[in-house]
Amino acid sequence: MLVDKSTVLHIANLAKIEVPDGDLENLASELSHILGWVEQLNEVNTDDVIPMCSGVASMQLRLRQDKISEENQQSDVLSNAPDSRDGFFAVPKVLE
Amino acid sequence: MSKLEGKTWTWETVIGLEIHAQITTKSKLFSGASTKFGALPNTQVTLVDVAMPGMLPVLNEMAVEQIVRTGLAINAEINLYSVFDRKNYFYPDLPQGYQISQFSDPIVGKGEIEIKMDDGEKRGVGITRIHLEQDAGKSIHDMDPSFTYVDLNRSGVPLMEIVSEPDLRSSAEAAAYVRKIRAILQYIGSCDGNMERGNLRCDVNVSVRRKGDPLGTRCEIKNVNSIRFLKQAIDYEANRQLNIIENGDKVTQETRLFDSVTGKTRSMRSKEEAHDYRYFPDPDLLPLQLKKSYVDRLSAELPELPDQKLLRFVNELGLSLDVAEEFVFEKEKADYFEPIATGRDAKLVANMVRKDVFGYANFHSINISDVPVTPQKYGELIDLIVEGDINNRIASEIFILMAKTGKDAEVIVQEKGLRQLSDTNELEVVIEKVIEVSEKQVAQYKNGNQKIIGWFVGQIMQKTKGQANPKVVNALLRKKLN
Amino acid sequence: MVLLTDLTIAEARDGLARKDFSSKELTEAHIRAIESARAFNAYVLETPDRAIEDAVASDKRRAKGEIGALDGIPIAVKDIFCTKGIRTTACSKILAEFVPPYESFVTQKLRQSGTVLLGKTNLDEFAMGSSNETSAFGPVLNPWKSSIDTAKLVPGGSSGGSACAVAAGLCLGATGTDTGGSIRQPAAFCGIVGMKPTYGRCSRWGIVAFASSLDQAGPMTRTVQDSAIMLSAMAGFDHNDSTSSRQIVPNFESSFEKSIKGVRIGIPDEYRVEGIDPEINELWETGIQWLKQQGAEICSISLSQTQNALPAYYIIAPAEASSNLSRYDGMRYGSRVSDVSLTKTYSKTRGGGFGPEVVRRILVGTYVLSAGYYDAYYLKAQKIRRLISEEFNNAFSDVDAILVPTSPTPAFAKGEKENDLIAMYLNDVLTVPASLAGLPAISVPAGLSKSGLPLGLQLITRSFDEETLFRVAQSIENSAGWHHRPSKFMF
Ligand SMILES: [Mg+2]
Ligand SMILES: [Zn+2]
Repeated sequence: MLVDKSTVLHIANLAKIEVPDGDLENLASELSHILGWVEQLNEVNTDDVIPMCSGVASMQLRLRQDKISEENQQSDVLSNAPDSRDGFFAVPKVLE
Repeated sequence: MSKLEGKTWTWETVIGLEIHAQITTKSKLFSGASTKFGALPNTQVTLVDVAMPGMLPVLNEMAVEQIVRTGLAINAEINLYSVFDRKNYFYPDLPQGYQISQFSDPIVGKGEIEIKMDDGEKRGVGITRIHLEQDAGKSIHDMDPSFTYVDLNRSGVPLMEIVSEPDLRSSAEAAAYVRKIRAILQYIGSCDGNMERGNLRCDVNVSVRRKGDPLGTRCEIKNVNSIRFLKQAIDYEANRQLNIIENGDKVTQETRLFDSVTGKTRSMRSKEEAHDYRYFPDPDLLPLQLKKSYVDRLSAELPELPDQKLLRFVNELGLSLDVAEEFVFEKEKADYFEPIATGRDAKLVANMVRKDVFGYANFHSINISDVPVTPQKYGELIDLIVEGDINNRIASEIFILMAKTGKDAEVIVQEKGLRQLSDTNELEVVIEKVIEVSEKQVAQYKNGNQKIIGWFVGQIMQKTKGQANPKVVNALLRKKLN
Repeated sequence: MVLLTDLTIAEARDGLARKDFSSKELTEAHIRAIESARAFNAYVLETPDRAIEDAVASDKRRAKGEIGALDGIPIAVKDIFCTKGIRTTACSKILAEFVPPYESFVTQKLRQSGTVLLGKTNLDEFAMGSSNETSAFGPVLNPWKSSIDTAKLVPGGSSGGSACAVAAGLCLGATGTDTGGSIRQPAAFCGIVGMKPTYGRCSRWGIVAFASSLDQAGPMTRTVQDSAIMLSAMAGFDHNDSTSSRQIVPNFESSFEKSIKGVRIGIPDEYRVEGIDPEINELWETGIQWLKQQGAEICSISLSQTQNALPAYYIIAPAEASSNLSRYDGMRYGSRVSDVSLTKTYSKTRGGGFGPEVVRRILVGTYVLSAGYYDAYYLKAQKIRRLISEEFNNAFSDVDAILVPTSPTPAFAKGEKENDLIAMYLNDVLTVPASLAGLPAISVPAGLSKSGLPLGLQLITRSFDEETLFRVAQSIENSAGWHHRPSKFMF
């Protein structure tokens, strides 16, 4: 298997997703299956090919002018917050 | 401290810096929110900055212009092709769950700046790269016992990260490097250099090694926000590492924090997992492509840089190197001094502003730009000296009154009758009186004690409430005594 | 009398213009249809009050003679487009209560053209799926039924709710989004027209992102003409999307005036993939004959990278998704599951908020981007993507359009592919290549399988050549004489 339980745990940790212990085995096998399947790409010769990282191969990045285009919208910004206090987002205590 | 004297060997400290400098723009790197300092929480935050679903970044052209100008100012390569990458990690003040930064293809490549090293020689410090990235928001941990408060006003503010090679060998060299960088940024206006506000902050990589050995294991000290702290942090950290090594232990590579109260560095709480930022090109942004003509234009329009100003202050204005450096690397000082010196005796001006203006700012702990006497008004005061209306000492007193009252120098001189005595007849009367009652001192002078002249001048100044023209007094005294 | 819910957009537009009926009447007919068809689970949010309000406003505008291109036309919006003041969930628990304080660019444009909003349609969670079975609101049913089997069928995905609503007469048209086939495949499964424009044609601003370099909004309608009408109203430059194109948006409806005589149609042999239903290959053959009869030139072309597109897609899309979905952390919006520490709060919030398919794709995406694997997976896939794109470009130096099937099979039964991920992923094998290359593509219903299920043919053209796409699609539609509706099976 390409991916074992501890690898699943490691990437789940990176992705900050809790995975119940009981699901690890199954996920490891599913991920191994998917990753094993995509490995068929190794057969393709891609020497000297420039990767294509965007949906458009030929467009230029457009820039915007340095202008303040939006005013205070604190209430919109906080409107969906699970918890906000005194204009701040309140989140569980971060310990350093 | 330039050398580490260990028990067993001579060691050296190796230092590299990552400077995060806030780029001077009106709006954020990828949104139209204001970057102004000091607003109420979350009032300078757009839906893009809070990373609402479906929100997309659009790049600010001024941020690009400023970083290119910065690159040009340090003689760096400007990469006409650069890419924005996502650096993925979770933190409550990082709304997207990633920071848009540049990883493999930064806008600015290799460059170099020259600084004076500890041995007095000028040498180049390599700059590895400068890249554009977004700042995170601010987490406030002490407003509530069980919650961290998050303010995203700073989220998305444009930063340039200036990465140096590990070319520095002491805290003093590191300080000189930061001063120089800060001056360059201030001269071209790409960053205000304000370290107290965190607009310029340093991550410092420190390691120690025996001279000639390969690089040792380094520790990174995060977010040092003053030059004094920078020096303290490096000195403490180098000694800490030296002690570990001399005890036969190994330094662990880690991220540390500098505590300005204790002057020590301490390990940041160890992360639960190793960092794996999973950088990849941001698919919301295309690669940035600059035209050579654009870069050439910015290059041609660069203002005078610190090194050029230094040469000019020494060669054209005749300042000593030390004074010139002090002025040039603290841009506020140069900004105050230069308009006054233009067309006047630069050395006199330099002496006077250092004593009066910079002394005043220092005494009151204010910025030089906040001194309540403008360069123009101070120049008028200097003119009174040059015209012989007042002497330097009176000028300093008048400056204090100008600062206090806001009145012009001329007005104060008139009101207080401070114009100095240059009239020979009047002064002769005073001098004769002093000589009459100073037989002992006259005798000493006659016996060859030239220095006693100073005592006479002092007496005469006292009698004239400091208004006597010292030059005239000196000449008359010598005539009378001989 | 023809039911108001059976009209095409073009017919409704003309009927409104002739004052045969009002927008309010048209809208009310649809609201009733939606109420009677809740069993399909096509809508996750019905907005009848808003719909009536929109319709009344439209009728007023019409009375004053100030109407937009789609004035008074009731449409549905995939619940992945943010709609101001109206709950938008991407059919995920993690956004269960999210009410955007903003409107997506595309739906804003549709509003400005006068459309009436009937509600938000179901989709696979965060558009990740090909059967609409991963939605937090439960699966959508295909309004079609097999004539030989009683099994309930999937509508395809991820725009399954929109496809179902259009097919079952629950709206006149709907928006979809297509990342690897999410408009075209459900369109084929439900017997409607599904169109994915050129990447950059429709702004992505305000659309919940799945894979940014692939996501495109597009219309889902009952006819090719409706598709063209709707795209004209959705497309256009948006300065808030850095990948939005400045290309002029033509009036796509006028594409139909020209014949397809002399148009060169490429037939790539490599699309005869393993596992393709023989009936679909037959239909493809039929399609070729139709175009030939209309005067098109048929050319055999080679797209040798076709088989590599799907595995490349299943690296690129999860990689982008893993990063795009990091913002759902319960800190600034969305549901939060609080726990003792911040880290636990994160992992509980995200672990509980995302469904299994989304978790799977985030984990795959995290894996392929992580240290040591980036080059072997992600970079490799992006290089394959370049090869695919270049191969299409080469092909288009010779031909004007490419004709292929949309999906390897007709709609399958609910639950049928649940336990075989790769079999599920293979649904996209024929749609993904055009997605990777950013090309416009359309699925047109072209026939029925022996069991009476709709089958689609797919056309692909050059970037920003949607006009040729519509023109050839119309020709297929005409030749197929497509008139089938699921109603004869359902009602
Ligand atoms: Mg750094
Ligand atoms: Zn940085």
